Amino acid sequence: MLAGMHGESRDGPAIEFCGVSYELPSGRRLLSDLNLQVQRGETLVFLGRSGSGKTTTLKMINRLLTPTKGEVCVDGATAAQTDVIRLRRGIGYVIQEIGLLPHFTVERNIGLVPEIEAWPSDKIRARTQELMQIVGLDSQLAARYPHQLSGGQRQRVGVARALAADPAILLMDEPFGALDPLTRDDLQREFLSLQQRLHKTVVFVTHDLNEALRLASRIALMEAGKLITVLSPQAFLRSTDPLAAAYVRAFHTGLDSTANRGSS
Amino acid sequence: MNLFQFFAQNSGQVAQLTLEHLWMVGISTLLAALIGIPLGILIAHRPLLNRPVLGAANIIQTIPSLALFGFLLPVPWLGDRAERLAILALTLYALLPVIRGTYTGIRGVEPAVVESARGMGMTDSQLLWRVELPLAMSVILSGVRVAVVISVGLATIAAAIGAGGLGELIFRGLAMVNNQLILAGAIPAALLAVLADFSLGWVERRLRPQ
Ligand SMILES: Nc1ncnc2c1ncn2[C@@H]1O[C@H](COP(=O)(O)OP(=O)(O)OP(=O)(O)O)[C@@H](O)[C@H]1O
Ligand SMILES: [Mg+2]
Repeated sequence: MLAGMHGESRDGPAIEFCGVSYELPSGRRLLSDLNLQVQRGETLVFLGRSGSGKTTTLKMINRLLTPTKGEVCVDGATAAQTDVIRLRRGIGYVIQEIGLLPHFTVERNIGLVPEIEAWPSDKIRARTQELMQIVGLDSQLAARYPHQLSGGQRQRVGVARALAADPAILLMDEPFGALDPLTRDDLQREFLSLQQRLHKTVVFVTHDLNEALRLASRIALMEAGKLITVLSPQAFLRSTDPLAAAYVRAFHTGLDSTANRGSS
Repeated sequence: MNLFQFFAQNSGQVAQLTLEHLWMVGISTLLAALIGIPLGILIAHRPLLNRPVLGAANIIQTIPSLALFGFLLPVPWLGDRAERLAILALTLYALLPVIRGTYTGIRGVEPAVVESARGMGMTDSQLLWRVELPLAMSVILSGVRVAVVISVGLATIAAAIGAGGLGELIFRGLAMVNNQLILAGAIPAALLAVLADFSLGWVERRLRPQ
């Protein structure tokens, strides 16, 4: 749909951060000198504690925020070379708070980008139905409003909406964070099978190491506005980096302490 | 002669004055909405303009109505016809509730909703027409409702400068120390206010998002 946005049309990284810093007008630094490439078709997971700057980093990609220093290139194009509206319509975005439009039905929420892209309405309807099936939503929910859905259903709508115009890039900000462990497990599994078919470039944010290990091609570890290290899940578990090791330790503690209690 | 007899005998005149009243209120509310809603939208998006605009509307609101009518009287084109002047004054008074309602309504739209709409690639005007205005509509309307109720009351004072409306009966009654005449103007005016309040309140509830 958007020429140049699709992976096969170009070489080079899908997204590139070059010396990106972000400061508030007050002078407070939220991001410091971020350098990173996101490869086409990979799932890059930003892992970090609350307030470490994950959401801020993500918003640099679809230019909801503009770096105060450095440059974020999407598909090799700098911010100055891209039309921000076009850019955003080519990037699916699932935000932390979901942010469904409360006055639109499920169907209209999912078809939002096609609608503003002025697709013919029968094509939008067909696409919406297809997406509801892909993300596992009962087609009977199409006419409901967001407040009539469960949290898990809302998240599925959020994911379907982000996929609607078949974007090459998907930004997902703690999309499963507010869900119970079993529903989260379901959605993670579905995400993996979806990603196996679709091969999107996904930038995923989480503070949950389990989720990062399960979904990531690579994990980008963040702390206090800095990128600490970028590692594959396997390398992450063996890493000697103190922060990464601390995550792994915390991850094991719960299991270990339960096991110890059981044996004593 | 009691009040009922008065209404029966003067129904034509009361109806005429009620219509004049409604017309002044209607036109001034329409003008206030046409000016106030865009201004409210503007200051909701440009926080720097917020204080000056709301401040100015606030100051207008504090001018006593008789004084405002008096100030405007010598203005050339306006002073020619009392009713023009009354409509302008009522419009000015109606601005504050309309602007504030619009501002509050738009600022009240959940930030996550605005952010996701932007993130999907909506333009500013798409965001305004498809997201912000529909979600703010009930709050905007509550501002308009307040404006209408204020105007119905204030419009009675417009009779003091000869603009007509139900105030004419009230002023005549005051001059002649005739309570029935006063009530003959005051009761329909009060009924108008209650009716406007009720019907706009009903529409407002229908528009409120869940
Ligand atoms: N508009 C803003 N004004 C002031 N501070 C901000 C603003 N946006 C973010 N911050 C601050 O920037 C830091 C990073 O925020 P960010 O939302 O990127 O964190 P995060 O890693 O996504 O956290 P979480 O996991 O809780 O979502 C936080 O300390 C936050 O308080
Ligand atoms: Mg966040």
